[in-house]
Amino acid sequence: MSRNQARELVSMFYAISEAIEAERGSLTRLDGVIGDADHGITMSTGFLAVNSALSKLDMENCTPSDVFFTAANAFLNAVGASTGPLYATAFLCAATAVRQHDCVDGRFLCSIFAAIAEGIRERGKGARGDKTMLDAWLPAAEAAHAAYERGASVDQIAREAAEAGAAGAAATRAMIASKGRAARLGERSLGHIDPGAASARIIIETIGVHFKKSIQQ
Amino acid sequence: MATKKIINRGDDAVDEMLDGVIAAHGDVVMQLAENPRALVAREGPRKGKVGLVIGGGSGHEPTFLGFVGKGLADAAAIGNVFASPPPDPVLACTKAVDGGAGVLYMYGNYAGDVMNFDMAAEMAAMEDIEVRTVLSTDDIASAPVSEREKRRGVAGNFFIFKAGGAACDMMLPLDECERIARKANDHTYTIGVALSPCSLPQTRKWNFEMGENDMEIGMGIHGEPGMMRESLQTADEITDRIMDSIFEEMAPQKGDRVAVLVNSLGSTPLMELYIMNRRVHQRLGEAGLSAHKTWVGGYCTSLEMAGASITLMHLDDELTRMVDHPCACAMFNG
Repeated sequence: MSRNQARELVSMFYAISEAIEAERGSLTRLDGVIGDADHGITMSTGFLAVNSALSKLDMENCTPSDVFFTAANAFLNAVGASTGPLYATAFLCAATAVRQHDCVDGRFLCSIFAAIAEGIRERGKGARGDKTMLDAWLPAAEAAHAAYERGASVDQIAREAAEAGAAGAAATRAMIASKGRAARLGERSLGHIDPGAASARIIIETIGVHFKKSIQQ
Repeated sequence: MATKKIINRGDDAVDEMLDGVIAAHGDVVMQLAENPRALVAREGPRKGKVGLVIGGGSGHEPTFLGFVGKGLADAAAIGNVFASPPPDPVLACTKAVDGGAGVLYMYGNYAGDVMNFDMAAEMAAMEDIEVRTVLSTDDIASAPVSEREKRRGVAGNFFIFKAGGAACDMMLPLDECERIARKANDHTYTIGVALSPCSLPQTRKWNFEMGENDMEIGMGIHGEPGMMRESLQTADEITDRIMDSIFEEMAPQKGDRVAVLVNSLGSTPLMELYIMNRRVHQRLGEAGLSAHKTWVGGYCTSLEMAGASITLMHLDDELTRMVDHPCACAMFNG
């Protein structure tokens, strides 16, 4: 069972990389407005490195935890910057969280969202409303949890997490940055979506879509 | 339209630059076999000496890698353009320069750098290497004095690293090296002015917009907005405004000594820097201050950005000794 899970996760990371690649230009443009115009490049570099590292894993002897652990290290060392430690910590937390699950179900999906959000929060010492990627991840994790508690299907959990992530990312437009490089802008960051939240929305959506598909199959 | 740069592939820019650095300065610095983004001084690291590791994103050359050499930094961890290095090269540098007396990390105060260097410090601790960190926060335009810890590190890095590097080279213990580095940071004040934007090799797009006749005082070295966008003024007017702000915070007394750095952000030529420096020295004279030493040139750049920054380090006897301590680096001797 866990071997299948590991394969699921590897193809999930491929899907994330593809989705980021498709939005590379728009992320970079967003970052040009309130950052230093490299967010699209950073995310693309990071996930390409993740894919390359995952392709070298021996899938016969690989657990879901190994996949997240490998992804964390690959992302961190390809990227550095602030995105590197944030997503690396997120994936390390996910590596620990998925140890307790033995099938791809709603609880598995929820625990991934929760672990990623918590890892980012812990490493960045951020909070909701700081105009960062957390403004997408925290609502997504909460929505996933709430849906799961309600007994919703994987499909429904994925959809509600994606909706909450998208709403959270959109809401950063009305926030004043207080963390990271955009914080130097103060009120001049108003009116612009945070690029980190925008890429988080893409990742959340892709994770959801991927799990929906894998369950349907 | 893509900006004009003499590069090959944008993604290869940093590694190809490092190849060129080694070709020119291989007698002073070397890349570590285990991590080519870790640049270590051939002379400098030694038993009993506190190791000094600096680092940060590329695109600010000669900061950081140019300041690796005996008497200054023992190693630099090199990041992608404008992006902090990951923990791996920082840790590799740390192990390479550890002489058993601890290692000092000195770098500019940016969220990404803090996270990556902190992770490296945690890993070093697991290998029983004691690491202390001193962040530079010399850009006084980047946050009010009440939030000094939020300020970013810019060209003043040069003075702050030089003082820290001298303390390490004098074989002082880790506590002392850390104290002197902190004091150097507390005594260093920088403000920059930007005239035109810069572009990253991977995007070749201007990273912010700037009107043909505009300038921005206080802009950061990655194009972070400054205090105000306004029409370009004369060298004397710009220099006066920068000096007024620095003096207001530094509160010097008649007879005090300072070290001066007039720095190009990239494409501003020496002619303009020296015109600014002329006014800096007039203002120092009027305030009854003496310039102990003056450096003029590109010390902390922002790719091809046009603009300049002025840094003053308020010297006492100890900091004077540190600034005067000789160093022999890849891109700087003094």
